[in-house]
Amino acid sequence: MLLSVLAACGTPDSTDHTSRLLRGNGAEPESLDPHAVRSEAAGNILRDIGEGLVSFTADGRIVAGVAESWTISPDGLEYEFLLRPDARWSNGDPITADDFVYSFRRLADPGTAAFYASLLGAIVNAEAITRGEMPPERLAVTVLDDGRLHIRLKQATAYFLQLLSFPSTYPVHRDSVERYGTDFARPGRLLSNGAYRLQERVVGSHVKLTRNPFYWNDAQTRIDEVIFYALPDNMAELLRFRAGELDITSAIPAGSFARLNRDMPALLRVAPYLATYYLGFNLHREPFAGNRSLRRALSLAIDREVITQRVLGNGEQPAYSWTPPGINGYLPPPVGYEQWPPGQRLAEARRLYREAGYGPENGPEMELRFNTSEAHQRIAVAVQAMWKEALGLEVTLVQEEFRVMLQKIRGGQVNGLFRSSWIADYDDPLTFAEVLASDSATNMTGYNNPEYDSLLEKAAQEHNATKRYALLEKAEALAMEDVPLIPVYHYVSKHLVASRVGGWQDHALDYHMSKDLFLIPEGDGRQ
Amino acid sequence: MIRYAIQRFLGAIPTLLILIALAFIMIRVAPGGPFDAEKQLLPEIEANLRAAYHLDEPLVQQFGRYLYALIQGDFGPSFQYRDHTVTELIMDGFPVSLRLGGLAMLLALIVGVSLGTLAAFRQNTPTDYTVMGVAMTGISIPNFVMAPLMILLFAVYLKWLPAGGLGDGGIANLVLPVIALALPQIAYVARLTRGSMIEVLRSNFIRTASAQGLPMRTVIVQHALKPALLPVISYIGPATAAIITGSVVIEQIFGVPGLGRYFVQGALNRDYTLVMGVVVFYGVLIISFNFLVDLLYGWLDPRVKY
Repeated sequence: MLLSVLAACGTPDSTDHTSRLLRGNGAEPESLDPHAVRSEAAGNILRDIGEGLVSFTADGRIVAGVAESWTISPDGLEYEFLLRPDARWSNGDPITADDFVYSFRRLADPGTAAFYASLLGAIVNAEAITRGEMPPERLAVTVLDDGRLHIRLKQATAYFLQLLSFPSTYPVHRDSVERYGTDFARPGRLLSNGAYRLQERVVGSHVKLTRNPFYWNDAQTRIDEVIFYALPDNMAELLRFRAGELDITSAIPAGSFARLNRDMPALLRVAPYLATYYLGFNLHREPFAGNRSLRRALSLAIDREVITQRVLGNGEQPAYSWTPPGINGYLPPPVGYEQWPPGQRLAEARRLYREAGYGPENGPEMELRFNTSEAHQRIAVAVQAMWKEALGLEVTLVQEEFRVMLQKIRGGQVNGLFRSSWIADYDDPLTFAEVLASDSATNMTGYNNPEYDSLLEKAAQEHNATKRYALLEKAEALAMEDVPLIPVYHYVSKHLVASRVGGWQDHALDYHMSKDLFLIPEGDGRQ
Repeated sequence: MIRYAIQRFLGAIPTLLILIALAFIMIRVAPGGPFDAEKQLLPEIEANLRAAYHLDEPLVQQFGRYLYALIQGDFGPSFQYRDHTVTELIMDGFPVSLRLGGLAMLLALIVGVSLGTLAAFRQNTPTDYTVMGVAMTGISIPNFVMAPLMILLFAVYLKWLPAGGLGDGGIANLVLPVIALALPQIAYVARLTRGSMIEVLRSNFIRTASAQGLPMRTVIVQHALKPALLPVISYIGPATAAIITGSVVIEQIFGVPGLGRYFVQGALNRDYTLVMGVVVFYGVLIISFNFLVDLLYGWLDPRVKY
């Protein structure tokens, strides 16, 4: 009722009475169909308008979502979810177990061509369905009754609940999809089940959400209206924030950290982010194929502290391990030389370099490839200088457009190293570990160690969480010993958050749902 | 006249066909594909995507499919914005770009022609140097420097105008982007006008008009302006086509949902159909504006006959 009154007074003055949150959201979301998206921009909006079987708190702990409770069989294979009786679509229709069966089948269906169909890979038959070898009806997700859903996994998956909080596993409304086809996720058509619902979408400008009165936990929602602005240019976004037109920015411009930290330290929110920036070796080719000493020498000769403090200076953490510390309680194994003084590292780097058969006069011919960006270039130049100084090595820097570079990496055509990064998909160390598996599609270096693969296999079979982490630690220690890549730094998420926004908490995956936020009344808190 | 128009129209068809074929081939020759990302897709998922967009068919068949749809006015589905067709994206973005670009061009013409005429009339005086100096600066300072500075001054410090977005569609939101778009155009138009006005002022028919005792204002407005505008008109034809299809810089800095970013983002995303769509659309506009310019020539210059 309140909502319709507020919607009726469309004058700019209404901002003073309606609680409206204005969020910068980076790139334009490619769609709002949970099965057609993969960008963070789309994920941010979907997390506001939808909800999976499980959800998470503002600081990232898994909590009940559409399912109010669940049971897991002792072998970790059978999941039974009890849905909330008051879970509803944004038009008031009840959400039933059928909706989830339909949605999961659609996600796995090759006809949907969903980017994240692989999220369901742990479920019996999912992979065969996505390959087109089985009809979607064979997916092992079944209705027990309207309020109970059963899922059968082919092997125990410790992080399976995490996946069920991911937007691609949110339910889609069957009737709308069948009626409108791929265009169902438009304003006026899209029915969703989160704290907000889609009100308006202008491609290239913004997406406006309004409170969903049918959300089961609507009583806890404190902000009535949320607008996500597509602002891919960080400098433009910062200007909008400074002009008081945004409450939250999606990022901060490169090189502006020191200034913002001086001018508005209270508004700057920097938190560890589960992502690693790395330099990958092309292990298919000379000089790195089979030359571990050389790879290790290059890794040792990079001074990460200089890169994080002097080149970046945003609070990033130097990376020695592949997995960032603190991913769901996992601590990556030490590589040994983190604590060494720079002199000792350099001496060891030179020794290994000689052992690899090179010296200051006869260095290997190689290039360091990075995609066009000022930040990547600055890091590449620093690394080039460090190798030159420490080893006398001359590396050629090659700057390329992103997709051109990706194609070269995947074709194994890079003559040397390339820069890349990995961002966690879910809060479990496996999201990093699986990248280096020999059969992984995302393994860009060509790392292939059967012992590593078998440790991952063992970890997958292990139900005991402590033992499982121990196996993953062992695998990571092995990989870091082999140096298929050089971890350079672990990312931080960076936002400007206006002082009138309350409830903001750091989140390791950088998810911040509007329903967890509130606006502090009285005055304009922005600068 | 009508015969001329028909000739021009028929001549445009092969031009467009060549444009379409070149764009079709070039975007596909560019390394990397529309579904590449750091998180590599599983091969089966990529295969499904390629099948959904008919990328698994032979090139000739894809081209035929594209042309067939195009004849029916269908630019196909966007690869990046999966629940939008390219036609929808263009039809949503074009009115915005048209409004901004049209206003900017109008502003550029009025201000640019006035300043250029003034400078020509006061040739080699401080007025001339000031106008031309400002024009040079306008040409030299790129948009991506000027626009943020304008926002900083007028939105952040003075708080006179909004920093970006289209707001409720009010005029306040248009002021800064229109000015930012118009500034370099004002500079070009002023320089072109000044140059050709100086030449026209030296020509015999102007000397005759002045000698007959006509007031200077009449000489300029009635006799000198039309011929002096010829180079400006040939410039603004293609320039208008460019400006009303948007500017990626202005759109990103002001958060305006126009067409311009599709040229750049479409290419970076390898959104084949979107790139094709905007290229064809832009091509048609360029051809049309050049035709209009030629018609205007006939009106402005008595020597031109069709």
